[in-house]
Amino acid sequence: MTRVYVSKDMAAVALGADAVAEALSAAGADVVRTGSRGLFRLEPLVEVETPEGRTGFGPVAAADAALVLDGSHPARLGDVSAMPFFARQQRFTFARCGVIDPLSLDDYEAHGGWRGLAAARGMAPQVAVDAVKASGLRGRGGAGFPTGIKWQTVHDAPGPIKYIVCNADEGDSGTFADRMLMEGDPFCLIEGMAIAGHAVGAERGYIYIRSEYPFAIRTMREAIARAASIVAPFVLEVRVGAGAYVCGEETSLLDSIEGKRGEVRAKPPLPAISGLFGRPTVINNVLSLAAVPFILSEGGEAYAAIGFGRSRGTMPVQLAGNVRNGGLFEVGFGITLGELVMDIGGGTDSGRPVKAVQVGGPLGAYFPPSMFDLPFDYEAFAAAGGLIGHAGITVFDDTVDMAHMARFAMEFCAHESCGKCTPCRIGSTRGVELIDRLIAGERRAPDAVERLPQMRNAAGGARPAGQEIELLRDLCDTMKFGSLCALGGFTPYPVLSALDHFPQDFGAAAPISSAAAE
Amino acid sequence: MSATRNDRSIAGDATHANDYAAAVARLVEDFGDEQSSLLPMLHALQEEFGYIDDLMVPTVASALNISRADVHGVVTFYHDFRRQPAGRHRVRLCRAESCQARGAAAIERIATERLGLRMGETSPNGRVTLDAVYCLGLCATGPNAMIDDVPVSRIDPATLDRLIEELTR
Repeated sequence: MTRVYVSKDMAAVALGADAVAEALSAAGADVVRTGSRGLFRLEPLVEVETPEGRTGFGPVAAADAALVLDGSHPARLGDVSAMPFFARQQRFTFARCGVIDPLSLDDYEAHGGWRGLAAARGMAPQVAVDAVKASGLRGRGGAGFPTGIKWQTVHDAPGPIKYIVCNADEGDSGTFADRMLMEGDPFCLIEGMAIAGHAVGAERGYIYIRSEYPFAIRTMREAIARAASIVAPFVLEVRVGAGAYVCGEETSLLDSIEGKRGEVRAKPPLPAISGLFGRPTVINNVLSLAAVPFILSEGGEAYAAIGFGRSRGTMPVQLAGNVRNGGLFEVGFGITLGELVMDIGGGTDSGRPVKAVQVGGPLGAYFPPSMFDLPFDYEAFAAAGGLIGHAGITVFDDTVDMAHMARFAMEFCAHESCGKCTPCRIGSTRGVELIDRLIAGERRAPDAVERLPQMRNAAGGARPAGQEIELLRDLCDTMKFGSLCALGGFTPYPVLSALDHFPQDFGAAAPISSAAAE
Repeated sequence: MSATRNDRSIAGDATHANDYAAAVARLVEDFGDEQSSLLPMLHALQEEFGYIDDLMVPTVASALNISRADVHGVVTFYHDFRRQPAGRHRVRLCRAESCQARGAAAIERIATERLGLRMGETSPNGRVTLDAVYCLGLCATGPNAMIDDVPVSRIDPATLDRLIEELTR
């Protein structure tokens, strides 16, 4: 019986992989469901096992099962891992994703699984923390805080009860790496969390997954059950979010697990000192924790050997939106934005020119192609008025209206604000109104208060566009520095970058002054 | 007070309240009676009954030894929890940036026209609820949707017609 591999990743299923798998099964093949390789243009991708290795075909329709099995299907790809998109990658974290059966403990072990955990358990906890420090790993959720230092803080915190929390509330549009890893290699995340537990002295872990990821929830739960005896005494539990974007913020995520409204907590105290249920807590992104098994099995130096400046190791970059080769591309830091979008991404899917790319999700800046020489690096992006975030890159062609996208950023912030701090809760709504007026070219008349005789300094007439822009920049400034968390604090990034780089989309309202210089 | 409650008789309310109490008692067995069980419990109740009836709130509050305000606050904070029954089928269209970059706005416009519903509305015959979702994590192959529990990518007007035809038939 011919063995074939078909992805059961949610993206592959959304493109019809289930029907393809059924058809192959009905045609007599032994179907193994894997995660996704990560190039979605090829999905549904079928790999047929041959004496020379796996031969890929994709995309495949359910009606083509026989053609795939007799090898005559026209979309023959040969060895998928040798395709340029995959050969150029450095897959440390995603080495197994798309290759193995995600829920097979045998597969996981045969592909290097549990070696990191075994190495960690052979070390004193402090030595394991030191290995993560030596790797230079920084938080992959977006903030880029050094993971080893966070672990050290929890390691040093007194108390008998500590927690490991995995932030799998991957709500940023343009990102899907957490989802792919949880669906394609769940044991890797479990191993990373068990290592963290050993390193800091925690016996209980939570994985908080957003409810929009039903496949990941199912796979993680099953994987936890299967690996329970291996990671014991460390105990893991999946918690499911409930559609609140702000719960991706670490402190509101903790409140959500505690059964409360997902409102942001003021920091300090840091979660590392007083986190879940008031206990010292390591809270890390999926990708940070999933990078740890490699670091422990291969050594922190091997991980740190790749990278750029203070950004060490690899980043699973996600190419999304209107891009030809959309998917997951894990590579060392330092690659330029242009290489990612044009060379690897292949430009837009629509074939039109790229107008803008948004890096780092709904709170990330929009960059024009003139800035494509930016190296992928936390510091370089910060200096350019943006952020790497969770490394999602959303590509837009020249039909996009950037004033509309700036408005959407404010609207999204208003929709998702937890309401705890004023700049975010109210500023976002005022921002929508301001941008609406700019788009419509309307002039706002003075309100009742401004017309009072006491308001001698209030402008008498309608505000001209220039003043409206000034007001928008001022509002962004307040949100940026006055908000409690990144939702209100980073919403100005897409708004101001759209304004700075694409002033023509805001009509006659040219930028009054640039905030990018800050 | 919600419309659904006004529609019901007092006897009907009592029956429902009994069902809810039994369900909550069962869920306390599964999840425990700590406040941290609140979200898993609400998810389970919504799974079983289709929505979070206001009548559930006092039962849940007393089972977890928290105030009704705490429960109400959580139910109304999270977008997933519905306080009204949804339609038999749920169509959720992604509205986030990556889907916008691939033409989601046009798909949303067509869907609202064909279904005669605005986003967030349920059809009068209770057949379909149309909702927005902000990212399903299928960002390279949009526009995306979840039709009940099935993800669908690369939605074009023809796919949309077929999906709507299947749901409204």
